[in-house]
Amino acid sequence: MNNPRASGATTTWRAQLLTDTPASRNQARLGQFYRGWLQFKRNRLAVLGLLIVLLLIVVAAFAPWIATHDPYAQDLARRLLPPGTPGNWFGTDEFGRDTFSRLVYGARITLMIVVLVAAIAAPIGLLVGTAAGYAGGWLDTVLMRVTDVFLAFPSLILALAFVAALGPGIENAIIAIALTAWPPYARIARAETITIRNSDYIAVARMQGARTARILWAYIMPLCVASLVVRVTLDMAGIILTAAGLGFLGLGAQPPMAEWGAMISAGRRYVLDQWWVATIPGIAIITVSLAFNLLGDGLRDVLDPRKS
Amino acid sequence: MSVASGGAGALRGVRRGGEFALQVALTLLGLLAVTFFIGRVVPIDPVLAVVGDQAPRDVYEAVRIELGLDRPLWVQFWLYVQKMAVGDFGNSLVTNRPVLDDIARVFPATLELATIATIIGVALGVPMGIAGAVYQDRWPDQLVRVIGLVGYSVPIFWLGIMGLLVFYGILGWVAGPGRLGIFFEDIVPAVTGVILIDSAIAGEWEVFWNAVSHVVLPAAVLGYFSIAYIARMTRSFMLDQLSQEYVVTARAKGLSEARIIWVHALRNISVQLITVIALSYARLLEGAVLTETVFAWPGLGRYLTTALLAADMNAVLGGTLVVGAVFVGLNLLSDALYKLMDPRAK
Repeated sequence: MNNPRASGATTTWRAQLLTDTPASRNQARLGQFYRGWLQFKRNRLAVLGLLIVLLLIVVAAFAPWIATHDPYAQDLARRLLPPGTPGNWFGTDEFGRDTFSRLVYGARITLMIVVLVAAIAAPIGLLVGTAAGYAGGWLDTVLMRVTDVFLAFPSLILALAFVAALGPGIENAIIAIALTAWPPYARIARAETITIRNSDYIAVARMQGARTARILWAYIMPLCVASLVVRVTLDMAGIILTAAGLGFLGLGAQPPMAEWGAMISAGRRYVLDQWWVATIPGIAIITVSLAFNLLGDGLRDVLDPRKS
Repeated sequence: MSVASGGAGALRGVRRGGEFALQVALTLLGLLAVTFFIGRVVPIDPVLAVVGDQAPRDVYEAVRIELGLDRPLWVQFWLYVQKMAVGDFGNSLVTNRPVLDDIARVFPATLELATIATIIGVALGVPMGIAGAVYQDRWPDQLVRVIGLVGYSVPIFWLGIMGLLVFYGILGWVAGPGRLGIFFEDIVPAVTGVILIDSAIAGEWEVFWNAVSHVVLPAAVLGYFSIAYIARMTRSFMLDQLSQEYVVTARAKGLSEARIIWVHALRNISVQLITVIALSYARLLEGAVLTETVFAWPGLGRYLTTALLAADMNAVLGGTLVVGAVFVGLNLLSDALYKLMDPRAK
């Protein structure tokens, strides 16, 4: 009975997932996930966003098999070729490197940046926000003051200052963006924590002797995750744009790395005669950040219906 | 009786003013703490970050003493706050002049760009947001939504490059990068530093139109981002208003739809709208960094990026601090305007 598959002989798996009386915790979770998916699926633009993000992941994972050329191999005899040239369908850059192959490898860098920034910034925000919201008092005041000060700078300017102090480079750009990205997450986590900290189930856990760390980790943080996921997904586009901006200014990924913003920066010198060198990486950036925006909107409708 | 309550009111006003001043002071202190942290704690060797790795030994030692790096961290911070409080941001490595003077010189250019961009943002964003609300879920709404979504997804520097390619390179409608053509430079005396105003004061209309032709494209690119933001906010404020009962009453009374929207509803959202405009003005400072780089616009943004590439820490931190202070100032201003104009927000 506890195994959801055990009773599957008589009903379909769909009915099994949508049942009002799940027989196990796993079945309930899967059912909830499935309902969310059904709702998400109705938003066609969000599905499109999801498909593009999945495509980005596939391209990044299988870059060596998808790319037609070595992204760093120079061929000065074939420099600045226009798109549509046989063998170099997206054209070549000023060193004769194949633009398509560089875009494919650039997908890896873009994905790495967003994943790492999210992996650093979201936990920091979650920890600061839940601690401030649950503890209240002076800890709350101090932590939120610090958060406000970080929010008082426009994020790109603050990231620029951090990169200036750390030195240019892709790792430092990621650290700098993460250091500017966490304050909104702390705000969200704190707001969620304040609404649930006086709930009965928290009081029960406390009476059973759960330590503060355990209450935060097992009872409060899981409830903050949904709104945090929505916010992080919506922020991904902004993270991509900031990283591309740093790359464009020469402070992020360094040459010869195939980063999209740096590619635009290199193509900028030739834009009046060879427009495609700067144009094509820009289209890649728009496509990916648009996809994250659409996906985030769709997720918000499913996970966080209050705010849509 | 009335005298006593008047006294209490004044006292309350003073107290509220005091709290406000304290809040501003704390925020500014926080900004200083962040720039101090970035300048002194993050770099492995703050002296190298200030003088660069080519500096001779004696310069290195002099700066080390000047920065007070031989003293405890909290003493350093206190000295730093004292210096900043009197506007001593140190000298720029690149220009060899005080950073504050440099910033005062380049700031009007950014102000000019951001102001025109905001005007564009308001002039187009507000009507677009209203159209989106009035034609909710029909094609004008979808169009406004797409324009906004693209605005949130396009890299501003790329949009600037494309704008230069199309409107300068191919069509030749506007002038290229920079603030003025080389033949027009240094003709009008700098009074305000804003060339459009200076040339109008001097009556040099040729210079004026040249400046207009230079500012149109960067301001439009920058303004696009305000359009996206202002239109989205206007739409949601307007939707709120149009579902209110007074709108039903006005319709029942037989008022024209245009009058309901442009007179009754617009007046009710104007307070919220002003705070949104102030915030979008602040956000333009951020976009200005990249836009100014693309258009070789000699403002604060380009000053910052030039300083960054030269690892000129004093200039970077001074610029960051000024941007942060302006950002905070505009936020406070929008709060104050809100309280001033909306009697409910007391």
